Amino acid sequence: MFFILITGLLLGGTYALIAMGLNLQYGVARIMNLANGEMLVAGGFAAFWVYTAGQVSPIAALIVVAPVAFVVNWLIYRIMLRPLVKRAKSRGALEVDSILATFGLSFALVGIMSWMFGGGYFNYSYLAQRVDIFGSSYGQNRVVAFSIASLIAAGLWLWLSYTRAGLRMRAVAVSPESARLVGIDVTAVSALAFGLGGAVTATGGALISMFFTLDASVGVLFTMKALIIVIMGGVGDIRGTIVAALILGIAETFVARVIDPGLTLAAAYVLFLGILLFRPQGLFGKKPT
Amino acid sequence: MKRRSLMTTVAALAVMMGSLGAALAQDVLKFGAAAPKTGPLAGGADVTHWPAVRLWVEQTNAAGGLQLADGPALIELIEYDDQTNPQQAIQAAQRMATQDRVDFMVAPYSTGLNLAAAPIFSQLGYPQITGSNVTNQQPELSAQFPGMFFVLGRTSVMAEDTAQVLVDLREAGDIGNRVALVNVADAFGIEMAGISRAVLEENGFEIVYQTSYPLGTQDIAPIIDGAKAANPDAFIAWSYPGDTFALTDQAIVQDFSPSVFFTAVATAFPSYYGRFGQQAEGVLGMGGVNPDDPAFQAFATAHEDLSGQGPDFWASASTYATLEILGQAIEATGSRDRAVVMEYLQDSSNSYETVLGPVQFNDMNDNERYWTVGQWQDGVFRGVAARGRDGVSDVVLKDGWD
Repeated sequence: MFFILITGLLLGGTYALIAMGLNLQYGVARIMNLANGEMLVAGGFAAFWVYTAGQVSPIAALIVVAPVAFVVNWLIYRIMLRPLVKRAKSRGALEVDSILATFGLSFALVGIMSWMFGGGYFNYSYLAQRVDIFGSSYGQNRVVAFSIASLIAAGLWLWLSYTRAGLRMRAVAVSPESARLVGIDVTAVSALAFGLGGAVTATGGALISMFFTLDASVGVLFTMKALIIVIMGGVGDIRGTIVAALILGIAETFVARVIDPGLTLAAAYVLFLGILLFRPQGLFGKKPT
Repeated sequence: MKRRSLMTTVAALAVMMGSLGAALAQDVLKFGAAAPKTGPLAGGADVTHWPAVRLWVEQTNAAGGLQLADGPALIELIEYDDQTNPQQAIQAAQRMATQDRVDFMVAPYSTGLNLAAAPIFSQLGYPQITGSNVTNQQPELSAQFPGMFFVLGRTSVMAEDTAQVLVDLREAGDIGNRVALVNVADAFGIEMAGISRAVLEENGFEIVYQTSYPLGTQDIAPIIDGAKAANPDAFIAWSYPGDTFALTDQAIVQDFSPSVFFTAVATAFPSYYGRFGQQAEGVLGMGGVNPDDPAFQAFATAHEDLSGQGPDFWASASTYATLEILGQAIEATGSRDRAVVMEYLQDSSNSYETVLGPVQFNDMNDNERYWTVGQWQDGVFRGVAARGRDGVSDVVLKDGWD
């Protein structure tokens, strides 16, 4: 039982890493970023590259990966997405435009990564040793990734809850129009949220690359997972993302171990549908007023 | 996404410069190739398919091209990305035939894409010599598509030979009767696991754990946990690359070390040994080669020189062989007329010298000599079971991970 719980938590931590960035991008900047998975893979490739070329630990690499990803995503927002935001007459219009634009961006990123790294599989061995918890063995790399995911989540939550900048971000998430009325620079906050989301996603990618085999085209799988988690947890709410990620991780592991691993996908979608039926706004989402 | 290979052009130029006078008279044979550069199978194609295809083109051009009746012809290779999408594979074949007017086409990568493209190859009259296509439906396919040829082998034989490895080990008293069997839940995994289970049970093995997992899963801990709890003598996974890596990784982490550890696709990739190093020793997988064969060694060296990576120890060589076969058929007939070349290929009395050794198709267009099971031994993936190939090595028991 402990095995299922801990394996599920470790998996849930991975899911949280995948989804937290998208939540900031979709929840605050209102961009449904379909290139999110590619950004994650790019983070993984960066970690792979510094590890194999320079023997630098992928965790140390975060010091470079996160800021670079922030700048890249910030630029993507300012150059590519801002015009869409300006033009959009409604939130619905913006979502449609941003889905199309980032869908295109995802293809472009796959192309760039294939060109730079080739289409092959990338993985490396880092902290791939055992660690025993309650009599069962787990990969050290997964435990480390989970710990860092917890730190990032706690940091983000504290920042969003207790700082002025976090308050501004929550205000934009709840209502961009009203936020503007109280003097918040919505554009700057959105760009910040998009950049921050990208940085968190790339960080997740770098950590996941310690135990996942990646290739240039695999991003879409992560995007799908992240979407499910963000919608399950409630758009714009970090707590919701984390709780949803953990529930999903534990549920999938439970189904895989007790019922049948072939049913994990089905279990994920049943859970997703169940939550949508009873709480369409997600676990922690605010009901539209 | 049309890319004419720069290397091809450079090679072609070099050859032309070398034989100034003759250069003007030299002809070009257009080859079209569509295979994954993106999508789920891009990783596999990047290892197994593209480098082997480009290598053959480069080497053929460096040797002066193919000798046709009216003189030599250099190969021009036109590449398309089929995005691992059957529909795209079909469209690319159509485009290559009607717009690029290619003389011949390289067969697609993987079983699924080859099956998808078979009707269009057949309809357009192109021979389809497959090097990365494992299926059991060869009689039906060759009856329906007489231009489709099979170099890599049959699923049932792969499963039978894997079971035979276990039978031999049991008879030698090295392992017991208990087998854990898992598979990726797509056409390949389901078919292999089905045949595998039947053959193992016929041979008196007890399947103590069996399950499938969805394509794309890399969270494999519950599966290894379940398999370990069943305490098997042998673990057999009909897996795809991502999960092949993940299963091995997780088995190491959970210290699940049965005497026989078998994973399927990508076990034979150099990156598998690159990832696991010494821990890969003794792992069994699909395919294999004879790494002591000078022909394979020359191929491996040239492959590494061209692409910066070695070939995989299974289908890279058979992919290369498909083009050797096509090239030899074209030269034997001296013709660029596909119907003539096709007729030559269909004549089962013809045989071809390839990197795999001699290849001859039977009247079901099937090559009956191929590798079935391999094992990592001393840093190379040696064939430990084969049909009609020399250089089969003995199987060793896996002795833990540490």
